[in-house]
Amino acid sequence: MTEALTPKAGQLPPRIQRVNPVAFSLSVAVAAFVIWSMTTAGPSPDQLARGLPNIGNILSRMFPPDFERIDRILWSLFQTFQMAIAGCAIGLVLSVPLGILAAEGLSPHPAIRTAARSLIAVFRTVPDLVWALIFVIAVGLGSPAGVLAIAIDVMGFAARFFAEAMEETDKGPREALSALGANRLGMIMSAVLPAAAPSMIATSLYCLEKATRASVVLGLVGAGGIGVELKVAFDLFAYQTAATIILVILILVIAVEQTGGWLRRKII
Amino acid sequence: MNVVAFQQTAPEGAVSPARSGLPAASVRGLSKQFGTGPVIMSGLDLDIHHGSRVAIIGANGTGKSTLIRMLVRLVEPSGGDIRLLGEDVRKLDAPGLKRLRSRVGFVFQRHNLVTRLSALTNVVHGVQSRMSGPRTWTQLLAPREVRAEAMNCLERVGLADKAMARIDTLSGGQSQRVAVARMLMQRPELVIADEPDASLDPKSGEEVMATLAALANEQDATLIFVSHRMEHAIRFSERIVGLGGGRVALDQPSDTVSEAELTRFFHHD
Repeated sequence: MTEALTPKAGQLPPRIQRVNPVAFSLSVAVAAFVIWSMTTAGPSPDQLARGLPNIGNILSRMFPPDFERIDRILWSLFQTFQMAIAGCAIGLVLSVPLGILAAEGLSPHPAIRTAARSLIAVFRTVPDLVWALIFVIAVGLGSPAGVLAIAIDVMGFAARFFAEAMEETDKGPREALSALGANRLGMIMSAVLPAAAPSMIATSLYCLEKATRASVVLGLVGAGGIGVELKVAFDLFAYQTAATIILVILILVIAVEQTGGWLRRKII
Repeated sequence: MNVVAFQQTAPEGAVSPARSGLPAASVRGLSKQFGTGPVIMSGLDLDIHHGSRVAIIGANGTGKSTLIRMLVRLVEPSGGDIRLLGEDVRKLDAPGLKRLRSRVGFVFQRHNLVTRLSALTNVVHGVQSRMSGPRTWTQLLAPREVRAEAMNCLERVGLADKAMARIDTLSGGQSQRVAVARMLMQRPELVIADEPDASLDPKSGEEVMATLAALANEQDATLIFVSHRMEHAIRFSERIVGLGGGRVALDQPSDTVSEAELTRFFHHD
């Protein structure tokens, strides 16, 4: 954006250096677009003035939380977590070979690498809720659709990071195994995966956290889990029950995040 | 424990240079140029006889490492012929090259071990020269005889007590000796070492070179090593080949040259 000016001996450099007119114009254009987006798509001051009391009203009607149906809610939460675990496990297992195929230097052919990268990009670009809608149509309402949606979403995230972790491993052990006549699979399993393991485990734990959060909302589109309970509670204006559901979801998400963080620190 | 055989039987169809009387390595008119860069090697000829111990020396950039890497096509030559252990290296297809590499032990300047794994697992990896599958990926899954052989190799380099230690807990010298043990696990007919003493302190470097030379001597195996340390070149080889100007510029028995002469060769070159 700026061109460096060399200060003369004994002189302080100018506070603002020479500005590149093209870069400056682009910056102004970006700033203008941000402000325009906020004014057209964002809430108006009038909407905010009317909306905030409504939020306060809903929050006040949520308290105290109603624990009457806590056993059913906890069971539903447990099923949601199972959905996250299953989807995450399937996604992570499939991410390993997909990551290998997408990794430079490990993929058997550049065309296969491009295909694997493209597939990962598709998985990552389409939101999990859209995958859930697709799988609800494909396999019907319920947790199987949620598990598949989570698995695809996890693959879009984990396979990319797995590929990068494998690419970043020390090339020396690979070369040594190649020099002694090891085959490609032996080289990957013996030298690449063990070296990439800490990074891959950290990614996997993050995926579990992400899958837990996703599993909660997938129910809103009929893909099973506690999201269905939450939607029904709001539809019936049972805000105190909704508060209980939100509370247990919060506890689950925090527990998973804290456990994941602790495990990451232990492993890395 | 039984001593591990250093030399394995050549794969079916391969010609043993020892039996045929052919040199272990024979290079004719070898040349190398990386892209459009300077010509590193031009018309290099060299014969290395079976069972001999040869030190390759030369100033930086004279192509020592490139030469020994080209012997097993870790670097592709630009021209010339290479015969190694009776094989025409440049004509080998991928499976043929894999078979040839399985007969050649390569020790690198850096140990090139998987640092998060144990010494024993790293040594077990050496068996991938003749086996494949999950049983060769970790000592946990390795068959009993493979584990025993790997332990034997570690014992021969004096590191049996470190078998379960992770590589990142070992010293540089110990790690390089584990790399030598991995090479032993391969049961190679020919050993190539690319400055195995370079990244080590003088004492550790001496230990590693002594281990390599002793093992080669013990089994009458061919040893080709690159070293920048003149005392190692003289002490651990029986022939010194000096590279300069892209060719062999010095070729003498080790017992006829002094460190001072070799140092002059470097400066002259």
